[in-house]
Amino acid sequence: MTIEQNITKMQHEFDSFPDWEERYAHIIAVGKGLAPYNEEYLKDEFKVKGCQSQVWLHSSINGGRVRFEAESDALIVKGLVALLLRLFNDRTPKEILEAPVDLVSRLGFEQHLSQNRANGLASMLKQIKLYALAYSMVKA
Amino acid sequence: MINTQTIVREPFNAQSLRAQFPILSRTVHGSVPLVYLDNAATSQKPLAVINAIAEYYKHSNANVHRGGHAVGAEATALYEDARSVVAGFIGAQQNEIVFTKGTTEGINLVASSWATMMGSSLRGRSIVITEMEHHANIVPWQMVCERTGASLRVIRVNEDGTLDLEHAKTLIDETVSFVSIVHVSNTLGVTNDVRVLCSMARDAGAFSLVDGAQSIVHQPINVKDIGCDFFVFSGHKLYAPTGIGVLYGRADVLEKMPPYQGGGAMITSVTFEHTSYNDAPIRFEAGTPNMEGAIGLAAAIRWFSTLDRSLVCEHEHALSLRMISDLKSIDGMRLLGPGVEHAGIASFVIEGVHAQDLGILLDEQGVAIRTGHHCTMPLMRRFGVTSTARASIAAYTTDQDLDAFSTALLRTVRMLR
Repeated sequence: MTIEQNITKMQHEFDSFPDWEERYAHIIAVGKGLAPYNEEYLKDEFKVKGCQSQVWLHSSINGGRVRFEAESDALIVKGLVALLLRLFNDRTPKEILEAPVDLVSRLGFEQHLSQNRANGLASMLKQIKLYALAYSMVKA
Repeated sequence: MINTQTIVREPFNAQSLRAQFPILSRTVHGSVPLVYLDNAATSQKPLAVINAIAEYYKHSNANVHRGGHAVGAEATALYEDARSVVAGFIGAQQNEIVFTKGTTEGINLVASSWATMMGSSLRGRSIVITEMEHHANIVPWQMVCERTGASLRVIRVNEDGTLDLEHAKTLIDETVSFVSIVHVSNTLGVTNDVRVLCSMARDAGAFSLVDGAQSIVHQPINVKDIGCDFFVFSGHKLYAPTGIGVLYGRADVLEKMPPYQGGGAMITSVTFEHTSYNDAPIRFEAGTPNMEGAIGLAAAIRWFSTLDRSLVCEHEHALSLRMISDLKSIDGMRLLGPGVEHAGIASFVIEGVHAQDLGILLDEQGVAIRTGHHCTMPLMRRFGVTSTARASIAAYTTDQDLDAFSTALLRTVRMLR
């Protein structure tokens, strides 16, 4: 499945929740299920700026595919970043760079989340794209 | 001309008070009723204030202190009347009231103009603040220190949230030139004994400023009784509009201080060779002032004065006690400043729960609180936390609000654990 198709799938999933409680219960569960983060990368250089809570994002590339790891001290933010990683993990830098930038609004996060949380999510997306950009330049 | 409405005392009833605040009946996220518990950030505005601003623009808008036409004279009269209303509210004289943008500008004005007045004599001197100050009462003084060679001294906060007065005694000595302290902490809700601290400052020959941003709405203020040289507050936490604030400065001190900004109205004559400045307080109000703000503030004070302040205080006190006891009943609750009487403000962390998550989920249930560091990062460090959740009440807060808060909080904690 392409990133595009995954976004649509995720969109449907979000629309299917009957209320805020189930929506957040899902986000929290996804956050709790995020793979453990390597403590070595709990450094300022891996921190995502523009979030109210602390978010760390580390990436590596293997066989041309980018692998992200993330951590946050807040559960909902951790869930949101985990959702993003579902979309972008094991993709090529090119695929990541070509992913739509309006995905935060397309996922309906803007209507479900207040503005500053949507902004935090946009910051994470920007960071993911920056990593991809860096990898694409190394390759070239 | 805008109302000089007659003051009628009515028995206090928070529920009926709410009818005067249109915003309190709105809903959020569709049809969820708003439970507004972020009053320490800003208060909502009663119709008396909203209408006074509208009336001003409908009938009396013109630039003040400039030119003699009829509407201009009326606007000037209203603006100066607002100054006298404010003066009366805090026990000051009219010429001791400077209108500012808010508390932050008031402190910056004092720090800047006072430091200029003191000049090179500040080298090697000290300025005393406390560990519980808002950034607005830290950064301006750091800037003064950088500029003048003075140094900053910080009074410690005890584990129970009170100020370490013994430490204050050792810090406020004859090398101190200024003592700047918060009256009610925006994070802890603790009320500091500003009379004692200002008297220590006086004995040491130092000037004093009290940051009244949070206290102004929760207790009657008399600046002469406090004995401070300066007292600052914002209108918007006192049911008045944003963008208007008050600096009280003792007349003889204000008169000696140089201007903060240059511009219109603050001068008596300008040539390219020399400018002479107007008297205080106009000297400190360069440019067209916030006229609607001043008039809105006067309307807020007049409106507030129709309430029986002692009944409002009792009501807020009872709600505070209930809020604290509700919070304490939650498993893993840690209140910041556990040993103090909270002036309508409670800051807390819950074990295993991030404040941001709490804020997000409470918001979904219509409950508006503040999460974060509350612009008091040194105090956060003092208590070993990076952020807290803060709930704060106002005169219009009811037991129903606290019921909703309690229910939403329990539900939220369940979801997050």
